[in-house]
Amino acid sequence: MEQYELVIIGGGPAGLAAAVAARQAGVRDILILERDRELGGILNQCIHNGFGLHTFREELTGPEYAQRFIRQVQDLEIPYKLGTMVLSLDKEKTITAMNPEDGLFQLRPKAVILAMGCRERPRGALNIPGTRPAGIYTAGTAQRLVNMEGYLPGRECVILGSGDIGLIMARRMTLEGAHVPVVAELMPYSGGLKRNIVQCLDDFGIPLKLSHTVVDIRGRERLEGVTLARVENGRPVPGTEEYYPCDTLLLSCGLIPENELTREAGAVINPVTNGPAVNDALETSIPGVFAAGNVLHVHDLVDYVSQEAAAAGRSAAQYIQQGEPALEAALPVRCYGGVRYTVPSAIRHQSLRSEDVTIRFRVDNVYQNKTIVLRAGSEIVLRRKKAVLAPGEMETVTWKAGALPEGITEIRLGLEEA
Amino acid sequence: MEKAQLICIGCPLGCALEAELENGSVVRVSGNTCKNGEKYARKELTNPTRIVTTTVRVTGGTIPVVSVKTAADIPKGQIFACVQALGAVEVPAPVALGQVVLPNVCGTGVDVIATKAVAKQE
Repeated sequence: MEQYELVIIGGGPAGLAAAVAARQAGVRDILILERDRELGGILNQCIHNGFGLHTFREELTGPEYAQRFIRQVQDLEIPYKLGTMVLSLDKEKTITAMNPEDGLFQLRPKAVILAMGCRERPRGALNIPGTRPAGIYTAGTAQRLVNMEGYLPGRECVILGSGDIGLIMARRMTLEGAHVPVVAELMPYSGGLKRNIVQCLDDFGIPLKLSHTVVDIRGRERLEGVTLARVENGRPVPGTEEYYPCDTLLLSCGLIPENELTREAGAVINPVTNGPAVNDALETSIPGVFAAGNVLHVHDLVDYVSQEAAAAGRSAAQYIQQGEPALEAALPVRCYGGVRYTVPSAIRHQSLRSEDVTIRFRVDNVYQNKTIVLRAGSEIVLRRKKAVLAPGEMETVTWKAGALPEGITEIRLGLEEA
Repeated sequence: MEKAQLICIGCPLGCALEAELENGSVVRVSGNTCKNGEKYARKELTNPTRIVTTTVRVTGGTIPVVSVKTAADIPKGQIFACVQALGAVEVPAPVALGQVVLPNVCGTGVDVIATKAVAKQE
């Protein structure tokens, strides 16, 4: 069995940033395992611009952003294996993987960083009635076909779901000569960034129908059309049906962290994020197994993925260099008043004494003029006013911790009236 | 005085901007978090521009298409003409990151450059 100090599962933005940070923190033996034919992950198919404003102070496309990190990985001579599928991970951190050169092999590193990213919610998980013809794709699959393989999936293209990939694909299909008559969104608000609504829909006159969904799919071999209807209280409203003839339906209906390996290893999963529950070191319930990026919770900005993954890389380095920290119960972080989840979901006592603690979270609805409040026991430790909060936009608070009153058993993060 | 509501596309924050216009020129912008917001509002209301990203075909490369972008923003009205002009372009591998694949697209003075390197198929 080959020995490595640190194995990183996934060579996308999270895996790359984690590797660079771990090496910079002094970890010598690092190996990145990547399933695809190249490093960079999903960034390779995200050819649009808008990446890296926070990290590099310039607006890059996905492949350019990826290249910045790939270059660092190469300059730091961090080894990686492409075309490599990890089959299993266990509690003892044994990784079983395979690829065409090495065949089946096992690794037993001191620490593991999970950076497997996420997957799109497919039609099968959406309960859309109708026939099952060809021509129905997740938006990301269509994105890969157009941007990497050079195929156009169709000419008349309805999009269900207004997540960022759906919005980006509305523009992309239009530029490639297809017609996008409508983007339908089940919720009364878009799940995508505001800038994408402006420059992907408004620029091209593509209507966004909020509170609408697909209630029927027609076509035997190939998709012939879909029926949209307005939705109220979770139900289609009779009489509001509209038929759209089309040969393609793209689904942008949410992303799910890809945690088969994490579950199999026995790590505790947060039921809200579908990612592992982690403490502020981004360590899962299995000591020495860390997680970052979309495998942990779905991000809307890659810059935050890189930041989070770098923190995981530094935590893994500390774990490798200092060994298991003295066991100290962590304080749970609980949500209230519209906060849907927090990452981390627990904060270690030692961090509260010495470090700034970053908490990322999402809200469950659109809110206006609220105050984000962080409470330690009965004490308010942070307040921040926000004009608008929306489920599509991740929020971050950084808490300059320090001396805390005695006897605190939990931290609470919520929204209160401004 | 006229007022226009805009959403800034300068970064993912998406600030809600309000611009005040007098005789077609922008006299005041509010709601922006940074100076890019003001710049965007002035430009959007007088001469809106966008960076265009798409792909062009590669011959003899390890992958069939390479991603490209306009090196700077071009007038919004030229987006389709730009993409159409690129439809006729084929670049032979190898392609370097930043390589110009089409100079001065549609007379805008802006080059279209590759955003990814493509190696030659061995």
